[in-house]
Amino acid sequence: MIETHATTQEIHGHPALQHHFENMEQQREAGTIGMWVFLVTELMFFGGMFLAYALYRNLFPAAFASASNHLDITLGAVNTAVLIVSSFTMALAVYFTQIGKLRPQIICLVLTLVLGLTFLGIKAVEYHEKYTDRLIPGRLIPSAPFGPDAHALHLLPGATLPQVEMFYWIYFAMTGMHALHMIIGAGLLLFLIIYSVKGRFDPEYHGPVEIIGLYWHFVDIVWIFLFPLLYLLGRHFQH
Amino acid sequence: MQPIESFEVPAPPKVNYINAQYGLKSWLLTKDHKRIALLYLGSITFFFFIGGIYALMIRLELLTPQGDLLQSTTYNKVFTQHGIIMIFFFLIPSIPATLGNFLIPMMIGAKDLAFPRINLLSWYVYLLGGIITIYALLAGGVDTGWTFYTPFSTTFSNSYVVATGLGIFINGFSSILTGLNFIVTIHTMRAPGMTWFRMPLFLWSHYATSLIMILGTPVVAITILLLAFERLSGVGIFNPALGGDPVLFQHLFWFYSHPAVYIMVLPSMGVVSELIANFSRKNIFGYSFVAFSSLAIAVFGFLVWGHHLFVASQSVYAGMIFSFLSFAVAIPSAIKVFNWTATLYKSSISYDTPMLYALGFIGLFTLGGMTGLFLASLATDVHLSDTYFVVAHFHYIMVGGALMGYLGGLHYWWPKISGRMYPEGWGRFSALVIFVGFNLTFLPQFIAGYLGMPRRYHAYPPEFQVFNVLSTAGASILGFGMLIPAIYFVWSMRYGRIAESNPWHLPGLEWRTQSPPPTENFEVTPVVTWEAYEFAPPEETEVVGKFGPELERI
Amino acid sequence: MQGWLPLVPESASTFSWQVDALYFYLSGVTLFFVLLISAVLIFFTIRYRRRTPYEIPRPIAGSHKLETLWTVIPFVIAMTMFGWGARIYFDQYKPPQNAVEVYVVGKQWMWKLQHATGQREINELHVPVGRKIKLIMTSEDVIHDFFVPAFRTKADVVPGRYTTLWFEATKPGKYHLFCAEFCGMNHSGMIGSVYVMEPREFDNWLSGNVGSSTPAAAGQQFYQTLGCASCHGANGEGGRGPTLTGLFGRPTPLEGGQTVNADEGYIRESILNPGAKIVAGFTPIMPTFQGQVSEDQLVQLLAFIKSLPGGSGATPGASPGTPLPSPQTGSSPSGSPTGNIR
Repeated sequence: MIETHATTQEIHGHPALQHHFENMEQQREAGTIGMWVFLVTELMFFGGMFLAYALYRNLFPAAFASASNHLDITLGAVNTAVLIVSSFTMALAVYFTQIGKLRPQIICLVLTLVLGLTFLGIKAVEYHEKYTDRLIPGRLIPSAPFGPDAHALHLLPGATLPQVEMFYWIYFAMTGMHALHMIIGAGLLLFLIIYSVKGRFDPEYHGPVEIIGLYWHFVDIVWIFLFPLLYLLGRHFQH
Repeated sequence: MQPIESFEVPAPPKVNYINAQYGLKSWLLTKDHKRIALLYLGSITFFFFIGGIYALMIRLELLTPQGDLLQSTTYNKVFTQHGIIMIFFFLIPSIPATLGNFLIPMMIGAKDLAFPRINLLSWYVYLLGGIITIYALLAGGVDTGWTFYTPFSTTFSNSYVVATGLGIFINGFSSILTGLNFIVTIHTMRAPGMTWFRMPLFLWSHYATSLIMILGTPVVAITILLLAFERLSGVGIFNPALGGDPVLFQHLFWFYSHPAVYIMVLPSMGVVSELIANFSRKNIFGYSFVAFSSLAIAVFGFLVWGHHLFVASQSVYAGMIFSFLSFAVAIPSAIKVFNWTATLYKSSISYDTPMLYALGFIGLFTLGGMTGLFLASLATDVHLSDTYFVVAHFHYIMVGGALMGYLGGLHYWWPKISGRMYPEGWGRFSALVIFVGFNLTFLPQFIAGYLGMPRRYHAYPPEFQVFNVLSTAGASILGFGMLIPAIYFVWSMRYGRIAESNPWHLPGLEWRTQSPPPTENFEVTPVVTWEAYEFAPPEETEVVGKFGPELERI
Repeated sequence: MQGWLPLVPESASTFSWQVDALYFYLSGVTLFFVLLISAVLIFFTIRYRRRTPYEIPRPIAGSHKLETLWTVIPFVIAMTMFGWGARIYFDQYKPPQNAVEVYVVGKQWMWKLQHATGQREINELHVPVGRKIKLIMTSEDVIHDFFVPAFRTKADVVPGRYTTLWFEATKPGKYHLFCAEFCGMNHSGMIGSVYVMEPREFDNWLSGNVGSSTPAAAGQQFYQTLGCASCHGANGEGGRGPTLTGLFGRPTPLEGGQTVNADEGYIRESILNPGAKIVAGFTPIMPTFQGQVSEDQLVQLLAFIKSLPGGSGATPGASPGTPLPSPQTGSSPSGSPTGNIR
């Protein structure tokens, strides 16, 4: 454990120090390790879907390329940029919290939240496109079962509609699960903003900002993998 | 909860975690790991009772070969629900969420787990998952087997698969949160002087268990979720109609569910390590080997899932690799058994109830583990898979192993948990009854299995009846044996003899505070200066069999 | 039945005694260790019982020698089990070339079987002693499992793919056939019998059960009805579509440079999803037959394609109209990969 300066505050106990911890250092360390362990769990959670993706991409390369070509690469790219910037503002928010600058800290948190919501908005637009193209797999939406115009899809040789449906099933499962994590992240950011405005965080106590930051970066990284796998691979088949 | 009082000895009024606060709210909103452990204890006992009733129904139905007591649809639901309740709602949380929750902070000298609120949340998550599952059972039940094999579960079953799946999915988070909490606690909350290699082996095995919980559970969570969505949408990745692979489900499912067996048995091994050392007043023989074998089991446990698919059209070479690894995972378990046995050498063994359970555990686990080799070996597995041999094998591990350890641990720490002693005579008697009943139930099933009786059969050819009659007779004894502790534990909460702080006279940290402990566990943070299981000063230690010039004369 | 309480089921295939021998070895090792551990436990428990309430035994640190010993010895024993089990398994899942084929379709909750010579059976299978039988199995709905305890063998029957199982019966009699993978309501009713007969009796049984055409003949007829002939030629000689004669069991070059072994799974896929793997030099013009052919019919088409001359699948009895030869004469031509045009 790293030796820290015993400030007067620490001797009397920081107001945010929970009763069962010895000091702030221990509390922060527990929070950070906890989040890392949680992220390992998340990795395994997404791992199951990545495995399914890898298996079926290998089995149905043509269908996956055809279906992938139909995704809106512009919106996907914009969303990638949005998330990368949001990761940057999140990192700044952590930094400003650590050095105790309240105003920039709040601004950065709000910016991150706005960018996160932008991502979700764009994602909603994309989902709606898929809905109008009748690309929602199965009978999840009973009024619009899967039934795209095969011509509009530009099916490559060897691709069949059931396989395209498989792609969209995996697409919705992965991006949907990712979007759910974004929504949870947005909720956590809202909590951080409220607490920041109340002035709860200071250089001694900034664990929550840090660990929610970790979570936010993780969700971004998942997207960094999803974007090429779902949108880009097989792009060169386009004609 | 009543304040402690006794008509025999007027106890000095001590503030402890039980009488520190009163009222339902103080329990439902508690952040004290000890109270949460008791909340878990109550709820898993409830689920164990339900699962036990299902077990009894199965055994009654199988008494005769015709399948005359229950209809086949009912029978299918009964065995499915027996499995789901017992595995997800009893065995997986059994030791970690009760004994682990109670003791991990106490054994490392901490005031609480690292995240007390998450700990409470995990109980509520467990409860929510349980309520949804109970709803599914009451609404009409589920008949897929606890394994939920596709495409039967996604397309063909006409039962409450989605609701049950949701219950299991939610319950999984409880397990993840518990595991996360344990890992962080063991890493960051150890008292001064409590180094990794001074930790009781109970903590090592819980650390290994937690690793499996956080790595495995999310995979089964996503698998069950995909299965539920597949059922709702009518298509999906396991559906052969889309070119999907139904066997993919089995891979994902067993990737969790095989390690889940170790979630059930590893904590039990931890308990047994405690019992063997403490009731023979001896340090564990080969401490570090026992500690690392827990981690080895956790790691290897993730590499053997394919042995459930030897006959499921897996490639021959994949089968060989998984067979090899399955044999490899048996070695750390063997090391544990040998070390426990060696610990008893030249020790001072008492015959208290917990020790009887520990000795029973070693015997039953040895047989359970060795019969696992029949299923790791390819050719015999082809004949034995999906027969009663498998049923007998995993009950030896899960009941003979996990449950024996749980009961042993519960007796051992009962004075600490409740502040009262259980009746020793009844304890020994019930341990004996359970041991006999258990063996009579499951030994005949090994033979029935090799003779070819398939599992999950509602009616069966008459030549297997003799084994089923024996089994049912054993199950009745087992059920009776289980009732005895249930009764005397409840009885002892009010009428049991008041327990001392350290009724067994042991060196462990959890015994160095009052019984029941105060809310903060220790008056002052302890400083640890002794090794685990240090009954005698270290300079008296006898060194045998080091790689050196001579092996010390025995 | 062998006596009052049998320990092993009846042995009726060439695998039976092999699996039993391994089983007895495993049982012996298990008994030895369980008894050893139990005896040592009981001995220690009595010998080192607590005699006075305050005695403290001397601590023992442990022993690297012993740890090494009881790591290495179990590992070596485990490896013998692994090797032995893997050896038999390898044979169990490698069907011999000259086996007589029987097609099996599982559905909730019955077994439908058809011999290469055309005889259909429900929940019953008649096989002769001393002849290698290969089952080619698939399912119409959920996963089933074909289990004959007396043969010590089983295999899952999976929808959407073919699995195989083979055995050679050694003892005439009637044996249990179980479904060993839970398949729904009437799972325990999905049972039947395997009748093992002397070859002469079996031939009598075969001749007494004529009536339906062989799967290959039925497949040939179906091949015409579906219009396959317009592209693949009346007898599979090819045209706009790839040649089917001599296809089965051969490596086939694909568009894109890959090669696929033309096995049951590939032929099935090419009928249901023709675009998936295009033979080199052809264009993907074939429509899918998904939903138009049942599992039974697929099996028949498969049998027809296998019966075409030149392929390594032209097994004895599989050709249309050819009577089932006795094992002595029927085993040689099909065994060689080049095959003979008969």
